[in-house]
Amino acid sequence: MIKSADVVVIGGGVVGCSTAYNLAKLGAGKVVVLEKNYLASGSTGRCGAGMRMQWGTETNCLLSRESVKMLSHLPELLNVDVDIEFTQNGYLMPAYSEKMAEQFKQNLVLQNSLAIPAKWVTPEESLEIVPFLNTKGMLGATYCAEDGHCNPFKVTEAYAQAAKKLQVEIYTNTQVLGIVTENGKIVSVRTNQGDIQTDTVVNAAGGYAKEVGRMVGVELPIFPERHEILVTEPVEPTMGPMVMSFYHNLYCQQSPHGSFIMGIGHPNEPEGYDINSSWQFLRDMVERVVEILPPLAGLNIVRQWAGLYDMCPDRTPILGNSPQLQRFYTAAGFSGHGFMISPITGQLMAEMIVGKPTAFPIQMFDAGRFERGELFVEPSVV
Amino acid sequence: MEQNDITICRCEDITLGEIREQIALGKHTIEEIKRACRAGMGPCQGRTCAPLIANEIAKATGKPISEIPLAKFRPSTLPIKMASLLGGEKHD
Repeated sequence: MIKSADVVVIGGGVVGCSTAYNLAKLGAGKVVVLEKNYLASGSTGRCGAGMRMQWGTETNCLLSRESVKMLSHLPELLNVDVDIEFTQNGYLMPAYSEKMAEQFKQNLVLQNSLAIPAKWVTPEESLEIVPFLNTKGMLGATYCAEDGHCNPFKVTEAYAQAAKKLQVEIYTNTQVLGIVTENGKIVSVRTNQGDIQTDTVVNAAGGYAKEVGRMVGVELPIFPERHEILVTEPVEPTMGPMVMSFYHNLYCQQSPHGSFIMGIGHPNEPEGYDINSSWQFLRDMVERVVEILPPLAGLNIVRQWAGLYDMCPDRTPILGNSPQLQRFYTAAGFSGHGFMISPITGQLMAEMIVGKPTAFPIQMFDAGRFERGELFVEPSVV
Repeated sequence: MEQNDITICRCEDITLGEIREQIALGKHTIEEIKRACRAGMGPCQGRTCAPLIANEIAKATGKPISEIPLAKFRPSTLPIKMASLLGGEKHD
């Protein structure tokens, strides 16, 4: 194993790989990625794989808009031969109460001002988009035709391959045991395969970001929360967009492979590292999804699984340096939408770390914002 | 028939050639291969292909097959129709 590096990235998910690639591209020197299992083995590989630009805060709109732009030609951008299964079949987000419709319309003004082509559609128009949608109780929906889907394993692989071409070293099956600091500076990272001397660490550990923070005495407000998903047998393409209902707290999309992928958020899910599947989820999921998409009742469920959201109190990630320790950067707390904003996140993190002006201002997303009380509350999260 | 054209995962139509390609790319566990090419993600959940893939990994890496870990088994055990999960408790 390598003995020293200019930057050590902890976490071989999509954010870690994207950040490592961008660091190498910007000339950050020797970059190393450390992954406990294999690439995309954590939150990245367990996500719902949707990509949407319909958000309620300007930041999330911008981050996702730029990421979709990059994903639309990622293999060319990275010069790798990986099919990332990018499709743009849209997101349909129904509203069921006046309050919800009001919020959505408010979000639309913001989205449209940022050149995101989302629009309000009536229940009748929704039926043209998803013909078997149950519109009972629906006041309308927002729809963005350019939202879509991408394969998280393949996007991670694309970034990893591109990073390796730029001499980034990626160590899988390598667990970080600790980070050594002296006089307020990082000295080395201890792993089960040996030590790496470095003065710069990027914490891209997803659900485990808090633990990595604690290795250097930084208490991050990020906490892990289990979210469950299931997938059905593949069938002919019948549903274009992701249907995402905040009222039912669910999302459901037909993947390019033909299977339907769906998940729900559980309001009483405790904080923790449990990623076991539950039968309760199976029951709740089926009951709710069949209510709005009735023909799905005829499909066979093939598999269910769970993963960790790395939750932040305001549902917006922490991107940046920590006030307590020099050159300890965090890119985590994505609250369930890290995959879709990973391309731009990697770029911004790298720009910040090498000291270049960032493409968007992101200084305000540092971990210190919670102490300052400057939160960015995202209203639109399942 | 070329050996590489032999179907290994019948649910997802993955051939021996595709499995060998993934192993050559450095993916030396069933979990990694599954995520890279969908082998084992179909309705049978790898019951047929997992041992065959393990065998290929063992051959390529020179490890005994007993040291190749199986992929995680996930529920449900068999494919289950959504409709059959609906409404039961009301009749209990």
